[in-house]
Parts: sequence; C-alpha cells; structure tokens
Amino acid sequence: MSNLLDLLVAGLATGAIYALVAVGFTLLWQTSQTINFAQGEFVMLPAFLMLAVMHAGAPFWLAIILGILLSLLLLGLGFKLLLVDPMLRHGVLPLAIATMALAIGMKEAVKQFFSAEASPFPSIVPAGDVWILGRVVSLQSLGVLALAIAVVIGLTALLNRTSIGHQMQATAQNPTVARIIGVPVERMILLTFLINAFLVALASLLITPIYLAKFSSGEVLGQAAFIAAIVGGFNQVRGAIAGGLLIGVVDNLAAAYVSTQYRAAVPLILLIVIILFRPQGLLGRPEERTV
Amino acid sequence: MTAAGKYWRIALGVAVIAALIIVPMNFNRYGLYILSQWTVMTIAAMGLNLTLGYAGQVSLAQGAFVGIGAYAAAIMTTQGMPLIVALGVAIVLCFAIGWILGYPALRVQHHYLAFVTLAFSTLAFLVFRNEDWLTKGIYGISNIPRPNVLGFATNRPLPFYYFCLGSLGIVSLAMWWLIRSPWGRAFVALRENPVRALSLGIDTRRYTLMAFAIGSALGGVAGTLYAPLTQYIDPVPFNLSLSLDLLMMVIVGGSGFFFGPFLGAMIAVLLPEWLRFTQGYYLMLYAVAVMLLLIYSPTGILGILDRYLTERRTKAASALRAVAKSRLETAP
Repeated sequence: MSNLLDLLVAGLATGAIYALVAVGFTLLWQTSQTINFAQGEFVMLPAFLMLAVMHAGAPFWLAIILGILLSLLLLGLGFKLLLVDPMLRHGVLPLAIATMALAIGMKEAVKQFFSAEASPFPSIVPAGDVWILGRVVSLQSLGVLALAIAVVIGLTALLNRTSIGHQMQATAQNPTVARIIGVPVERMILLTFLINAFLVALASLLITPIYLAKFSSGEVLGQAAFIAAIVGGFNQVRGAIAGGLLIGVVDNLAAAYVSTQYRAAVPLILLIVIILFRPQGLLGRPEERTV
Repeated sequence: MTAAGKYWRIALGVAVIAALIIVPMNFNRYGLYILSQWTVMTIAAMGLNLTLGYAGQVSLAQGAFVGIGAYAAAIMTTQGMPLIVALGVAIVLCFAIGWILGYPALRVQHHYLAFVTLAFSTLAFLVFRNEDWLTKGIYGISNIPRPNVLGFATNRPLPFYYFCLGSLGIVSLAMWWLIRSPWGRAFVALRENPVRALSLGIDTRRYTLMAFAIGSALGGVAGTLYAPLTQYIDPVPFNLSLSLDLLMMVIVGGSGFFFGPFLGAMIAVLLPEWLRFTQGYYLMLYAVAVMLLLIYSPTGILGILDRYLTERRTKAASALRAVAKSRLETAP
C-alpha cells in the first residue's frame, strides 16, 4: 500500500490527459458524426511538429506555440476541409474507415520523414518531487494533473457559460433546429474541429515527456481515448472526462497489482463489461434509436 | 444481362482460372509464395467483406481471427494432428468468439462493434505474446508441417500453391452460394434498408451477428492456410495493422461486391512488390490513395466500374426507347 498514493496521482495525471483526448473525440462525434479513428495519431503528431520546430533552432516555448498553431491548421482546419467535408455525404462508416486510412498515413509519414526510433521530449513541468502528507509525489504528475484540470474546467466553462458554448451544444443536439433559431452551424462545427486540434496538441505536449515521441504511440493513446469515451458515456463531455480519469487510474493500478503483461487488457475488459451492462456509459444518457 | 454478356463473363472466368493454374508453373519460389499469400488474404478479406460489405458492420479483428486460425493450425499440426482437424477447430472457435463479441456490441449501435473488435484485437495479441505455454510467446512456433492432400504431399511451393488455390475455390463457391441463399439476401436487405428489413420480419440483429460470425470464421480458415504457408508464426503479423490492412483490401477492391476482395487483396499483396522503388513511402502513398478513392467512390474500384456500366446501360436503354418511340410516331 506504500505507493498507492503515488500510483493514484500518476493514474489521475495520465487519466486527465486521456480525458482531454476523449473530450475532443466525443465533441467531433456529437457535432459532425465523425468517429475519428486517427485520434491517437492526432496526439502523436503535434509532439513531432514541435520537435521539428526545435530542430530548426527555435526555443522550446516558440516550438510549443508554433506546434499548437500547426496542429490547429492541419488537424483542425485541414482535417475538416480535406477529409471530413467530402466524406460526410457518404455516411458515418465510410468516414470512419477513411480516418483509419488517415491513421496509417500519418504513422508512416512520421516514420519516413522523422524517425522510426523513439525521441525524448522536454517536459514543461520541471522534474522533481514534493512532499504531500508525508509522501513523495512526483512534481511532473502533479503539474500535468493541474494543467489538464485547468483545461477541462476552462472547456466546461466555455461550453456551459458562454453564448458560443451554448450555440455549440445546440449544434450538437439538433443541427436543424439550431440553424432555424439562427445558430451559425457550419462555424460551430469548424470550431469543434479547432477545439479538438487544440486539445490533442495539449495532450501531446503533456504526455510525450512521459512516454517519449514515437510514430506508433498513437495506437495506445487512441484506444485509451475510445475506451474512456465509451466507458464514460459517448454523448456527454463530463462522461468523457470521468471515463478518462477512470481509465488512467485503472491502467496504473493494473500495472502495479495485476501484471505488467496484461496491464493493457484490464481497460479492454472494462470496456466489454460496460458495453454488456451499461451500454450508454457510466454518465451517459441512453440514446433513442433513430427509426 | 444479355445472353452474349453472360457468355463473355463465363469465358473470362474460365480464362482467369486457367491462367491462375498454368501461368505460375514456371514461377520461382518467391513468386509462388506471394501468389499463395494472395489466396490466403483473399479468403480473409472475403470473410470481412461479408461483415462489412453485406451486413454493413466494421470489424477490426479480422487479423486476430487469422491469428487464431494460424495458431490453431500451428499448435495442432506440430503435435501431429492433421490440418483438417485444425481447420474444424479454427472455424468453430472463430465463429463462437465472433458470436460472443458481436452479441453485446450489436445491442447498442453499429459503431460499437468497431470498438469491441478493436479491443479484442489488442487482447488477442496480448494472449499470443504472453501465453508461452501455448503459443511459445515471442519465440514463435517453427517447423509447421505442410499437409498431405488426397495422398499428395504439398511440401514444395507449387503443390502448396495449388492447395491454397483449391481452398480459395471452395471458399468462393460456398460464398457464392451463401450470397444467393435467403440468408445472403437478408444480409443485403439489412444493409440497404435495416428498417424495412425489420418491418418485413427479418431479425436484423441475428442476421448481422450471423454475418459477422461467418466472416470471422473465414478469417480462421485463412489462418489455417497461413501457418503452413509461412511454416513459422509469431505474434507480430497478427497485430492491429493486419486487421486494418484487410479492411483496406475490402474497401479498395469494393465492399459489397463479390470480386472486391480478390481485387483488393491483389492490390495489397502484389502492388508492393512492383512498387519496390518507392521504398518506405509505399504505405504512406497507399493510405493517401485509399482516402482519395474513398472520397471519389466509397464502394471502391469495382464501385467505379459498376457506376460506369450502369450509366452505359441506361444510356443504351434510353436510346432503344427513343428509337422505339420514333418508330411508333412515324408508323401510320
């Protein structure tokens, strides 16, 4: 039990990052029926964009800003205009399959143009330990947790307290009615794509120092985000947040108490159990079937 | 379809089959290996086509089912059991797992099957890698024997290729029959209009589940051929990318078309051999090409062909109608 607190903090820290990714995932699904199977690769890419900028000689803070801007451009605007808009008229499944092709393309592109090896990535939180309740807790975990929580609170405030947030929610719930009452639906959908791009860039910045920058790291991250979204509730932003935190904690505890070999299996089993007994997710509302 | 068109099709079919038998006779070892791989991947992709193209469900576990089939074949044949027994075990196992996976997922929404199969894919890989006592873990299983078929040994590449081709033929015939049976028609009905199919008394969920389970079983069949083909298996080839590759094969060839998987597997297996000069860029270019194809035609290459043929037929038909009409008008 000695390291339970440390495990919990580390779990919540990775969980908070998963939550960011899962929130973006559910936002895209809600506003434009996009099941983004490349979401994990979306988290993988910004770290490499930042590394590329740093290789060009820029300092870390500039690399972060440019990396986030490039992500907004490529993963937000570019993704929507070049892939989602032309594909959406074909239906949900062809679009989902197109994002799988995109995932392969992104992985291969990073492998070819950057490196097949894992690269180290600087942390924005300084390394070190702090003492809490007589225990050593890593500063990095705490910093990541604090940052991720700040972003989640900011996002929730944006969605629930501002006019733009209300318009986005209206777009997500019923685009036709939203259009009738004068919500600029197209602009709101674009905004969701930009928010998603911002969230994945941030997640990339926070998680890459822990797991290193590697072209294939998106597979694990993407799966964690899907599972978080489904476990928490596909149609709820707070569901995705709760799901992310839960998966992070479960993942870390499983690594310590179950077995390192089957660590990855525990969230998957959780997913299957949730789908069996509570398919709308822990915090989700049952969706009416469209007939 | 006109009578002449039908004869042309039969002639084309006979010519292709004859070419598949005769042309590889003087191929070298590697060429035969690639062709055999094409037949194996075609069988796996045909199974996925049933799930995706006919029942309209995305499965991301077809690679895992190929893995289960391959491990069943490898474990049992290295213990001295005949391949046909392993085949039976693989089919039953994959069908049952498909049923168990699909049952909860299809209760919810169609895209849930994609997530559940994605999770299963990772789970299966973990089992292949970690259960050393059964699968020998990362060291893999080597010296997998090739079967004797009707008293003929298939150790050499050419007989084994014929064995694979024959298996593909049997699977194709079974699939052809299945699609034309009432079951197959129900599969298509629930893809085209699930609500209408439901109102006509088709239990959509059971049929969708059935299509997925049969498709998974075909993945197992492909696996039992894969193991004696490579004669060595380890967990790596059966990770998520194989499932994605198979999905791309079905999409590129044309999902929902009988010959889609044949074409898709050909492109995915043979094209990398011809495009060696692109080196590492190949997969990247392939992914971009798939996205462009999906934007232009979500039903793949055969979808483009189909659209073109339909257009031509409508044009011909309207021309005929115009001629008939003008005759009618000029007649006294």
